[in-house]
Amino acid sequence: MAVADYEVVIGLEVHCQLSTETKMFTDCAYHVGAESNALTDAYSWGLPGTLPVPNQRAVEYALRLGLALGCAIRPVSRWARKHYFYPDLPKGYQITQSDLPYAQGGAVEIPDRGAADSEGFATKTVRLHHIHMEEDAGKNTHGGHGSEGLSLIDYNRAGAPLVEIVSEPDLRSAVEAADYMRELRQLVRTLGISEANMEEGTLRCDANVSLRRRELAGSETYGTRCEIKNLNSFKFLEAAILAEIRRQADLLDRGEAVVQSTLSYDTARDQTKIMRTKEAAADYRYFPEPDMPALRISKAMLEAARAAVPELPWARRRRLLSLGLSTYDAGVLSAEQGLAAYFDDALAALKPGGEGTAKLACNWITGDLLKLVNGHGHAIEDCPVTPSWLAELIALVEDGTISRRAGKEVLDKSYAEARSPAAIVERDGYRQVSDTGAIEAMIREVVAANPKQLAQLLGGKDKLRGFFVGQVMKRSKGQANPKVVQEVLATVLAEHRDSSSD
Amino acid sequence: MADDPTSIDPSPRSMSARAMAEAVRSGERSARELTQAYLDAIAERDGALHSYRLVDAEGALARADAIDAERSRGATLGPLAGVPVGLKDNFVTADLDTTCGSRMLEGWRPPYAGSHAARLLDAGAVILGKLAMDEFAMGSSNENTPFEPVRNPWALDRVPGGSSGGTASAVAAGLCALGLGSDTGGSIRQPASLCGVVGLKPTYGRVTRAGMIAFASSLDQAGPLARTVEDAALGLSVLAGADPRDATSLRAPVPDYLAAVDAGREGDLKGVKVGVQRSSLGEGLADSVRARFEASLEVLAERGAELVDVELPHFHLAVAAYYVVATAEASSNLARYDGVRYGASAAREDSPPSSLVELYERTRSTHFGAEVKRRILLGTFVLRSESYADYYGRAMKVRTLLARDYAGAFERCDLIASPTSPVPAWRLGEKLDDPLAMYLSDVFTIGANLAGLPAISIPAGFCEPCDDCPRLPIGLQLTGRRLDEATLLRVSAAHEAATPWAAERPTFEGGQG
Repeated sequence: MAVADYEVVIGLEVHCQLSTETKMFTDCAYHVGAESNALTDAYSWGLPGTLPVPNQRAVEYALRLGLALGCAIRPVSRWARKHYFYPDLPKGYQITQSDLPYAQGGAVEIPDRGAADSEGFATKTVRLHHIHMEEDAGKNTHGGHGSEGLSLIDYNRAGAPLVEIVSEPDLRSAVEAADYMRELRQLVRTLGISEANMEEGTLRCDANVSLRRRELAGSETYGTRCEIKNLNSFKFLEAAILAEIRRQADLLDRGEAVVQSTLSYDTARDQTKIMRTKEAAADYRYFPEPDMPALRISKAMLEAARAAVPELPWARRRRLLSLGLSTYDAGVLSAEQGLAAYFDDALAALKPGGEGTAKLACNWITGDLLKLVNGHGHAIEDCPVTPSWLAELIALVEDGTISRRAGKEVLDKSYAEARSPAAIVERDGYRQVSDTGAIEAMIREVVAANPKQLAQLLGGKDKLRGFFVGQVMKRSKGQANPKVVQEVLATVLAEHRDSSSD
Repeated sequence: MADDPTSIDPSPRSMSARAMAEAVRSGERSARELTQAYLDAIAERDGALHSYRLVDAEGALARADAIDAERSRGATLGPLAGVPVGLKDNFVTADLDTTCGSRMLEGWRPPYAGSHAARLLDAGAVILGKLAMDEFAMGSSNENTPFEPVRNPWALDRVPGGSSGGTASAVAAGLCALGLGSDTGGSIRQPASLCGVVGLKPTYGRVTRAGMIAFASSLDQAGPLARTVEDAALGLSVLAGADPRDATSLRAPVPDYLAAVDAGREGDLKGVKVGVQRSSLGEGLADSVRARFEASLEVLAERGAELVDVELPHFHLAVAAYYVVATAEASSNLARYDGVRYGASAAREDSPPSSLVELYERTRSTHFGAEVKRRILLGTFVLRSESYADYYGRAMKVRTLLARDYAGAFERCDLIASPTSPVPAWRLGEKLDDPLAMYLSDVFTIGANLAGLPAISIPAGFCEPCDDCPRLPIGLQLTGRRLDEATLLRVSAAHEAATPWAAERPTFEGGQG
């Protein structure tokens, strides 16, 4: 395969549906999963006499995104009409932004998988060309069940609010493209502006792919690009790009030219296929939308959007790293907004400990707690054990009130009964014995009862130490603090050693 | 009201809309009586005019009864209480067919309420029906129609103007007390001029566009047609004001337009500067129109106005720019008529189309008229990416320059006077073969649309009848500063008070207006 001779150049156009209650230019309600055409109004149907009015909440969401990605926000941007005829497009044009989008520039940080392992995160920057707002089209289905030979149209989605995030051609592999999508997904979820679910179509992407000879890497000379449309899962995104790389590499190897075209990905054949070439490309006849004045972003709107931007994923991951967590743990605890918040709350509830506190909280959450949450099919948000209860539990284990093993049991009960760990410890008698006097008494009894084993141990068979600890734990019904048992046992053994050597 | 039968005017239609509403509020007249009088007149006379596309007698009477019932309950009635009105057929009326003068929308019954109809109804108006128009408001003669063309009540073989020709004809003939029109390049003012009535195009954004079927969004504006300046002011005061459903509607407070009318009728015009662009009064202007225009200027001067010469250096580019902007926007606005969701569709014909493209082609080829198709083609051409800069981009520059011209002129004057139409009403069919000549008849009205300014056409007398031409009305146009409709109304009222034209009614075979 000659793919290795070429550098892959990818730019993505990502559509992300904003999770506002109403559509982009009408107060018609919208959400995913409603009955066909149930969420429509006169505007959604493109009825004569209807006019678009911008959804202020959607604009605010879009601003959050622009600010979070470091874009320059245009104080005055413009709506435009993009024309084409298709039954899912009720007005015969889509309202979008063209020459003057609301956000320009900016960048997305993605993991740099090529970088050598190092302390902290190695990342690379993918520059953005711009972000614009627009309205979605409806959805056509052809010959579905019960409608063989028919095309059906659902206008629920028609007019739903979208942002389109257009990258520069800075991605260099299918894996990077998927990483980029994952970063965007996490970002918009963190910002609380989109469900960003590829399966449900609230996150979609088109990929522009071109190849150039390795020696051209870093130059401004690019190969002819082709656009793969409508990639709707992470799996297909990577597979489609890989298939397109193969197709272009084959052409180039044979000395043929890549023709600028629009392609779709055939999942069954794992092949990209050309839908239309540039010559047949539509002229969208863009012009400024006359039904709405230019979009003016006031300082107040900008400040309100800025105030709504929370800690962003990379800042969070780096902060967790600085708390002593591994890059892996920092990643896990940043991946989901709910989990991240849970961790932060639990950590805050724990008395400030040393370096290990964060690690401790992390271990409890990513280990035992997540096992329970996942086992019950819950979301972390529905977890009956509150972050402060978890902190309480961790403190009970750490100060020796209960053993680590008892801690797990208490957590299970706390989860099942939605009861505080402290209450369960009291009710069920999990408090462990740390009283050295009581423990010493038990040890002396055990030692006295097992002279043979004592002699062997003193004779050098150190493994038998475990036997004595076990006997003490048994005598204490598991409630003796094993750490204290170890310590006191060492003292008692030392006495015996001294007396036997005398 | 039945106490003194002698006080009842046998023809309530001779009252002004304002007087009608007052009479209904006071109980002197019932809304039903007024409505019935208009319905009778329509039944008797509209056969000769074809001004109505649809008469909703049942709905109108039910509405009138509801108003009367409200009154007897002691409710406070609105400024148009019981006033029978007609709406151009491009205004969306809930549950009343709205065809926009096109086969494309024949039988389309809107499932939602348009803002204009809602405001009129809120004010107490009774909607008599829908008035004929050029298809999709594209035309200056009302002949661009698949239906029977509207006649001018002053001469039945003549056009009423367009595109609000049905409204102008009905108002002139007394077939509605107040009419609603729309104006994209003169479509309220030019038919008002040709039919001898008052027609007001407000500032762009002064009146909502929500519920008005779009022709060219950046130019379209709704406004009243009436027999008197006062009634036009009354209509505007009901229609004006911000609408949350139209992002381009203006939030500026609505002044007291009726007070402006009173001021013009009763006071003089001292301190008012009326601008005249002499360079625009050259070629193509009929002698009769020129004569009436000069006479109107004298009337204004006699009332105390000062006449000043102004110049709009880019005026000569307006028609060209207009036909680029208007067709571009029209080609976009009319893309939705594709036979998929509503209106006419080839899919319902005997041999349904076998492909999506065929559905589009057949639906749009069959159900749009020739002028609409001509403008869609022109507009599609100018918006192509390779011609955009040369056409649309340039036309927008002309708009900016023209707006600047007006701003400069308004530093020297308060309003600009001009003829409304360069010629009086022409014969049906006379200009049909020459679309360019038809386009040029908009020369005086287009500037106000491109610059978004308010403009009014008021009766300015009649041409001298000759062998070739009967006595036909001629209009005077006044164009004002942005949002300064009040000054237009004041000066118009002064002109009206000093001239006898508002009292003249057309007589025509089939009836008297």
